[in-house]
Amino acid sequence: MLLEVKDIVLNYGKIEALHGLSLEVGEGEVVSLIGANGAGKTSTMRAISGVRGVSSGQISFNGENVTNLRADQRMRKGLVLAPEGRGVFPGMTVVENLEMGAYTRRDRAAILSDFERVFELFPRLSERKKQVAGTMSGGEQQMLSIGRALMSRPKLLLLDEPSMGLAPMLIQQIFSIIREIAQQGTTILVVEQNAKQALTLADRAYVLETGNIVKTGKGSDLLTDTSIREAYLGVA
Amino acid sequence: MDFTNLIEGLAGFTVDGLTKGSIYALVALGYTLVYGVLRLINFAHSEVFMVGAWTVLGVYTAVGAHSGVGVWLAIGITLLAGLVAALVSAGTALVVERVAYRPLRNKNAPPLIVLITAIGCSLVLVEIFGHALRVFFGAPFGRSAVNIPTVVPTREVFTIGNFNMSNIDLIVILAAVGMMVALDLFVNKSRLGRGVRAVAQDPDTASLMGVNKNNVIMLVFIIGGVAAGLAALLHTMKYDFAKFDMGFLIGIKAFTAAVLGGIGNLRGALVGGLLLGVCEVYSSALISSNWEDVTAFVILVVVLMFRPTGILGESLGKARA
Amino acid sequence: MTDTTPQKSVLKRVAAVPSLLGGAPQWVKVPLILLVLSFCVYLPFLNILPFAYIRTDLRPNGSDWSTVLFTIALYMIVAVGLNVVIGWAGLLDLGYVGFYAVGAYSIALFGSPASPVTKAIAAQFGLPEGWSMAFAACIPLAICIALIAGVILGAPTLRLRGDYLAIVTMGFGEIIRIVMRNSTWTGGPAGIIAVPEPPAADEDFFNTIDVHRWYWLALAVLVILIWLMRRLEHSRVGRAWLAIREDEDAAAVMGVNAFKYKLWAFAIGASLGAIAGLLFASKQAYVEPNGFQLNLSFLFVAMVVIGGSGNIWGALFGAFLITYLPERFREFESWRPLAFGVALVAIMVLRPQGLFPNRRRARELEDRKHEAEEAAADA
Repeated sequence: MLLEVKDIVLNYGKIEALHGLSLEVGEGEVVSLIGANGAGKTSTMRAISGVRGVSSGQISFNGENVTNLRADQRMRKGLVLAPEGRGVFPGMTVVENLEMGAYTRRDRAAILSDFERVFELFPRLSERKKQVAGTMSGGEQQMLSIGRALMSRPKLLLLDEPSMGLAPMLIQQIFSIIREIAQQGTTILVVEQNAKQALTLADRAYVLETGNIVKTGKGSDLLTDTSIREAYLGVA
Repeated sequence: MDFTNLIEGLAGFTVDGLTKGSIYALVALGYTLVYGVLRLINFAHSEVFMVGAWTVLGVYTAVGAHSGVGVWLAIGITLLAGLVAALVSAGTALVVERVAYRPLRNKNAPPLIVLITAIGCSLVLVEIFGHALRVFFGAPFGRSAVNIPTVVPTREVFTIGNFNMSNIDLIVILAAVGMMVALDLFVNKSRLGRGVRAVAQDPDTASLMGVNKNNVIMLVFIIGGVAAGLAALLHTMKYDFAKFDMGFLIGIKAFTAAVLGGIGNLRGALVGGLLLGVCEVYSSALISSNWEDVTAFVILVVVLMFRPTGILGESLGKARA
Repeated sequence: MTDTTPQKSVLKRVAAVPSLLGGAPQWVKVPLILLVLSFCVYLPFLNILPFAYIRTDLRPNGSDWSTVLFTIALYMIVAVGLNVVIGWAGLLDLGYVGFYAVGAYSIALFGSPASPVTKAIAAQFGLPEGWSMAFAACIPLAICIALIAGVILGAPTLRLRGDYLAIVTMGFGEIIRIVMRNSTWTGGPAGIIAVPEPPAADEDFFNTIDVHRWYWLALAVLVILIWLMRRLEHSRVGRAWLAIREDEDAAAVMGVNAFKYKLWAFAIGASLGAIAGLLFASKQAYVEPNGFQLNLSFLFVAMVVIGGSGNIWGALFGAFLITYLPERFREFESWRPLAFGVALVAIMVLRPQGLFPNRRRARELEDRKHEAEEAAADA
């Protein structure tokens, strides 16, 4: 297993947001984590990426215990999060944001070829290289956030709500790009509110409710599961 | 209001103001960088500058510098003093960060507590040079000002009309501006500089990019300390003294300069510093030097009241054109 | 929090005394308060060993005990006033010495026959040589001037962020001092002499030898002000301050005009500072600009913060510590500022809530960490 999360508990002050959550992601897999607002999706991402420390439980990455590492240390090991919403640096240009993604890398030539790759995936970004990120639209910022995460050549790409706040057209587009990234060989754990897209994309999926995993299975199986259809896909 | 006095000596007053302002600008860098990254007014920064001035004195004493040394030796000694002062000042700034600010940051203490701690640090540093060191080592430490030997004697470089440009003024202004340009390039163009801007804009996301926040914070204190140490060297070249409480007024004025230009903004520190220096000299030419210090305070109060974001606007991230 | 260390639990017990008293029945409370008060009144004559060891004049060159007591009471007034601004309204005022100076100079300028102001007024209206305003008239005047100064400073600046406010007030304190030093109307660097003493039946009641009488006066003023401020704390205004401090936006939604109440706090704090300054000038009989250096502002802030801001008793204790300790241990006088600085940093880093925090205030501090995290969770 590339990522193993075991019984993690995450507290915000007195409030417990995750109550012993466990999940796994294998090499080359695309795994989705779906759940409603407030189910603990973003908390899970914060815990895995190391932005928040967990109060108990264990997180191993690539066979190594990373529970006590800071976010920047985990990132250097290839565990890279593209944060939700507008997690881009608003005062930097598109190129500078992408350079930030390659902050830990020194291989100039390879970085340049990764620039090419990101601009191929997101032609919109290549049109706006010099634009300051804070002035771009929500969809463009989301693309930038994902592109920036790719710049570090992640072993595991964590995507936090890539569809958040986007128009349906754009959601389609973002997900087809994510599929492309997966096909190019990147392992992905994606957290989503948009269950249909996430389940269609995923090899496997977990269903999160109020800080607990309540269901797990193959993405295609969950898509046809009645209770899931009722709760998350709006089909009676 | 003595306008004829001001007009007649305008060129001289302006250069005088620019010289003063250059030193303010270098000290203001430390305030602006730390504020940009931590949203903290580093009250102890003025003392980092003071420590630099004492270090310059220490180096001069150690090598037995005096005004009679040859040109090349004088340049060598000055550069050495600047280097050591920059290192010692940076070290002082780092110690303050590690001993006082980091523990409070880990506790998420409110700004009021951090500010009072900063005042405490400032007091401790002042008293170390104003008292403690005197008890252990005697003079020159203590409460009185100490003369610092002149290594580079003042000379006229060129003359325009009734105005003489001195080599010291020229060195101070050029060195300060050069340093500011170098730093601006560093922050806007280099990889580490991008890291600093990233932490200033969004610390959590910066750590997701692999930026070690504490390293960036230390870097910022080091840069501020280096600038303050060099400012101290330039100050001793122009005003040749060290005193335990010399940091206070310069610190307040440098902070004013930082706010005036837009705190958190590197170019703002330069603009604010130069502007404040010139305003001060003009006002003392117009009224009297007794009121010089009030000028800085009045400017500070007025700017904060009417344009708290300063001339060029806040934010380290948006320091670009 | 589980504090098992004996030192901390002692602190906690002592800190709990005032609130214990608050719950005690009237017949316990009243005699106890009277007992404490009479002890305070008796203090200047304290001569019974071993208690007399607290006196500062036991060794040669020791400070006069009554003078020390007077200064303690005086700074306690300052601490009570500044506690309103910092502790209750949550505004960091680094220029409080400015208001202290305003009070001192008010009585000097209008009450002293030697001041340029009284001389000018006398000449303008043909009053006899040596005319000056009566002491009693100077009190409301000083308070009014301080209130006006507080509003003039507060109105434009109270909307600023906390740390900016601190710097602006500091600038204000310095401006006042420099103006007093440079202006001929305020006597310049030399200051003003012949500041009047309070009126008394016996004309020589307040003299330079029987300093304990000055102490009693300051004590009386202090007690009255504590009583007033306690009333204020539990009034509508006090609750508004609490609401603003805890969450300004929420308070605004509930219809609390934060700006108005901040201005109130500023003005009340200013007038208390002025009262202390007035007493100081009167006791000293002269004022000079150098008596109002910025360091004094830091000292005042330290009193409130070390004691535990938001708690009157904490502020009083802080004022006591900072005034008394240096006088008692005079032989280390030259080390005083350094020790003060080290103590300030150590207390803030190790115990940011102060020695005797207002319990609400301490909880706020404790909550801050959680709040920050919860805000992050919501994002």
